[in-house]
Amino acid sequence: MTPSNSNPLVNSHSLERNPGMDLDLDWALSVQANTSAIERRCKTLPGRRSIKKINQAAWLLKAISCIDLTTLSGDDTKERVRRLCRKGKFPVRSDILNQMEIEPETVRVGAICVYHEMVEAAVSALEGSGIPVAAVSTGFPAGLSPYSLRLAEISESVQAGAQEIDIVISRRHVLTQNWQALYDEMKAFREACGDAHVKAILATGELGTLRNVARASMICMMAGADFIKTSTGKESVNATLPISLTMIRQIRDYHEKTGYHVGYKPAGGISKAKDSLIYLSLIKEELGDRWLQPDLFRFGASSLLGDIERQLEHFVTGHYSANHRHAMG
Amino acid sequence: MKVKEILETMDYGKAPESAEQAMEWIAKHSKKMGLYINGSIECPGGRDSLESRNPANGEILAQLCQANSEDIDRAVEAARKAQPKWEGLGGPARAKYLYALARLVQKHSRLLAVLETLDNGKPIRESRDIDVPLVARHFYYHAGAAQLMEKEMPDQRALGVVGQVIPWNFPLLMLAWKIAPAIAMGNTVVLKPAEYTSLSAILFAEICHEAGLPNGVVNLVTGDGRVGEILVTHEGIDKVAFTGSTEVGRKIRQAIAGQEKELTLELGGKSPYIVFDDADLDSAVEGLVDAIWFNQGQVCCAGSRLFVQEGVAETFHRKLRARMDKLRIGDPMDKSIDVGAIVDPSQLESITRIVEDGLKEGGVRHTCPADLPEVGCFYPPTLITEVDPACQLMQDEIFGPVLVGTTFRTPAEAVALANNTRYGLAASIWTENINLALDIAPKVICGVAWINSTNQFDAAAGFGGRRESGFGREGGREGLFAYIRSKNTPTHELAEIKALPGKSEPVGTEIDRTAKLFIGGKQARPDSGYSTPVFSTEGKLLAQVGQGNRKDIRNAVEAATGAKGWGKSTAHLRAQILYYLGENLSARKNEFADRIDSMTGCGQDKAKLEVNSSIDRLFTYAAWADKYDGAAHGVPIRGVALAMNEPVGVIGIICPDESPLLGLISVLAPALAMGNTCVVVPSEPFPLSATDLYQVFETSDLPAGVVNLVTARHSDVAETLAGHMEIDAQWYFGSGGLSSLIEKASAGNLKRTWVNQGKSIDWNDSQQAEGKMFLRQATEVKNIWIPYGE
Repeated sequence: MTPSNSNPLVNSHSLERNPGMDLDLDWALSVQANTSAIERRCKTLPGRRSIKKINQAAWLLKAISCIDLTTLSGDDTKERVRRLCRKGKFPVRSDILNQMEIEPETVRVGAICVYHEMVEAAVSALEGSGIPVAAVSTGFPAGLSPYSLRLAEISESVQAGAQEIDIVISRRHVLTQNWQALYDEMKAFREACGDAHVKAILATGELGTLRNVARASMICMMAGADFIKTSTGKESVNATLPISLTMIRQIRDYHEKTGYHVGYKPAGGISKAKDSLIYLSLIKEELGDRWLQPDLFRFGASSLLGDIERQLEHFVTGHYSANHRHAMG
Repeated sequence: MKVKEILETMDYGKAPESAEQAMEWIAKHSKKMGLYINGSIECPGGRDSLESRNPANGEILAQLCQANSEDIDRAVEAARKAQPKWEGLGGPARAKYLYALARLVQKHSRLLAVLETLDNGKPIRESRDIDVPLVARHFYYHAGAAQLMEKEMPDQRALGVVGQVIPWNFPLLMLAWKIAPAIAMGNTVVLKPAEYTSLSAILFAEICHEAGLPNGVVNLVTGDGRVGEILVTHEGIDKVAFTGSTEVGRKIRQAIAGQEKELTLELGGKSPYIVFDDADLDSAVEGLVDAIWFNQGQVCCAGSRLFVQEGVAETFHRKLRARMDKLRIGDPMDKSIDVGAIVDPSQLESITRIVEDGLKEGGVRHTCPADLPEVGCFYPPTLITEVDPACQLMQDEIFGPVLVGTTFRTPAEAVALANNTRYGLAASIWTENINLALDIAPKVICGVAWINSTNQFDAAAGFGGRRESGFGREGGREGLFAYIRSKNTPTHELAEIKALPGKSEPVGTEIDRTAKLFIGGKQARPDSGYSTPVFSTEGKLLAQVGQGNRKDIRNAVEAATGAKGWGKSTAHLRAQILYYLGENLSARKNEFADRIDSMTGCGQDKAKLEVNSSIDRLFTYAAWADKYDGAAHGVPIRGVALAMNEPVGVIGIICPDESPLLGLISVLAPALAMGNTCVVVPSEPFPLSATDLYQVFETSDLPAGVVNLVTARHSDVAETLAGHMEIDAQWYFGSGGLSSLIEKASAGNLKRTWVNQGKSIDWNDSQQAEGKMFLRQATEVKNIWIPYGE
């Protein structure tokens, strides 16, 4: 592995973006996903890879660097967003990092993820930090607002300074197997993003089958998605290991065939440090070390960071930690 | 290593399981393991000792005691003494002990797992997550089997004392597979663990003690192959159960021939792993990790022959090589290791030799690039493609982490390749098409088929093979029959029944009726050109029958093999034909009765009874044909394990000499009902009831070749039949004392045998001469695991 940057915790964006390709339905429809076999692989993975002690501490720092620290609430305000951004810049107490011989300024989250209305506040709070702002868009979470407005929403967020746009796909295109429509929609979203990177939220919990998840993943990559992402966090089922395995196997195939790297973002439901380790090992095993960088892997999470902080304090002190010893975001 | 450096490499680091408590346990035994006889662990003086080593580093773990014949005598004696009381306790009382064993296995689970890994070299993940939980599960399941025995199988009883010999690849799991069903059914056991891996068995002995198991119910004798040899041939043993190599299994079959012992063998394999072009290729690749790199490939049912549909082969092999490159090989005690140590240097040497020799015939090798540890027995995961059936690598069991593969074009070709082997243990079939999966699974010769999965095991599902992978099942209801017998098992000695003497008189004015042989639906002259006269009780010539020889047997087997479509016909059709046979026999009742009377002199009443019973028996098996169902086992997956009853294949049947019609019908009808094709050698002294049946067969829509009759001296053809590689089972009910010869000769292709051991069956007694036991002998249970879920 060649790290893309001297600081492996910093998002580098050094790879060429996935430009997409013509819709290849033969390929997309040949994709299979056997649910039981995929579940079996996921069930045994945690028992196959164990990360302990100092390795675990390092992996948890890696996990932090891949977090899209998120607030997507109706009651978000500028001040609340500023607080979150500050947490994103200083995610772990500096004394803990010092004991791990890590310079505190090298540790930060992957991005701050907000609604459009909060983009400006976030951009200003993060100024100079290098942390990008991600905006959820296109009528998030349902994606059922007028098409023209969804496109306009992207442009406005980009104008407001969002460097990453998390779009939601029209689930109905998947459920009715209207792959051309899905491709066209994704392609239009990608174009509207301009230089901003686009993450395609598949809302996997609403797609019915892993096969649909696999095929939708492939179509979105063909249409130029920079990332594929599981869920909005609003569906009843969010990120799971089987869904993740299904999606990253498509990323692997796409890379193998086109040479382009597409990122992966599981979102929703990942709140434990241990879970983040399992996800990272899944990525390492199935996609390889290059994907263990924040430019290709993110956790969409709001409470994961807190658990990781407690684990890190335990690592340096040997004592189990408590919530109130860590700054809230 | 600093955090910063790890961030660069993202290494897993080491996650070693502690060996401390296991080493303490070994130290507690002063590093000297004893024998477990009659409830106590003892180290008798003056015995040779064997070193038990950790294959991952070569260190000596402990000394094992080499049991001598006196020790084995004592162990068998202890088991014999304990058996009646143990059986007499009744199922529910025995269930409590099995339940306690299950609980104790769970309580000591980590110690068992660590000990197993130290001794065997398998990754701790496997011993911890797979072996030991399956051991506990096996005892729980069989606690239940004991609980229900009297109610569910009221006509069955224990066999007695069982001698069991197990291999080194799953030391504790194989012990559980052997001991749990045996003691659940009321048997007592003497078990010999493998010499490389006896430690967990000694810990299990302590668990037996902790569970309060009565003395003598379980006995363990350790040592090398000589101990196994003495044990299996011991006259105090009623049954031998063996898991291990086909080579040793064959020797056991020969060694105990004629000793009137039951036998089940679970032997080697070269199981196919079939990937169709519509499969989830990534999942099928991952499945191979569990198929051939599980337990370093030292698994009898390992998916070791890879068949990929040609159109996706390149993609699949590329994905597979990439996956292999990610495998982690090393210290089995490390929790992040995929592939551990080979059990012993001799096994490592054997794997290396087979691969290097095999590659001389061709093949493209890909080896997992991971560095192997500098010490210890390690072999890299290996894929060899472009290996064809004509290569040794495709035929010989390697018993290591080596996968060989080729491609196929059509489903039919996949089946043909899969079955082009002497083995028949397991198969994995990958396709998203349920029509295809459920079509292929029954066609592959095996005892276990896994759809879109591999190496799935559970106590509720039978496991075992066909062909030279052995016979008998372990697990499930089908597995219990390996340890029980009918309470109506015959015990009377069968005296030899000789042909009656007479004088050949001129035929006179009657038109000559010389019965030929019946092969492939046609009457055929015997190859020998000789005939045997059959005389009545008054010494009058009744007829002459052809004297069949080995060539006639050859032709008959060929015809039977060609008629195997019978097994694929519907059960309804087979029932109809059996009814039709009964109907046509009924129409000629008197003629058949006269014939029996004239040959045997049994009198008209008895002769009529025999004919009526024969008709009744045909009707009984016609009834059973579509009612002897399989089962849907409740295995712990989202899915089902279908235990399907399949025909055994071609069955050679040497009929009873007594009851010339009823005896023949009693053994032929269940074989036909279950879809087997048969080569039948009728009663030697009274063959005319059989030859009279030709016309009944011909008028009953019985397809040609399904039944082939060869009149012959039993002793002339018994060895030919038992040694014939195309025959899947050989039955013997004759009075000529050929049981031993047949058992011995059957070792060639390890066909199933069912012989009378010189005991007399009362063919008129339906308790003895009909029923499920006959149907079980006429079927193989195939467990097809079908996980589902979308």
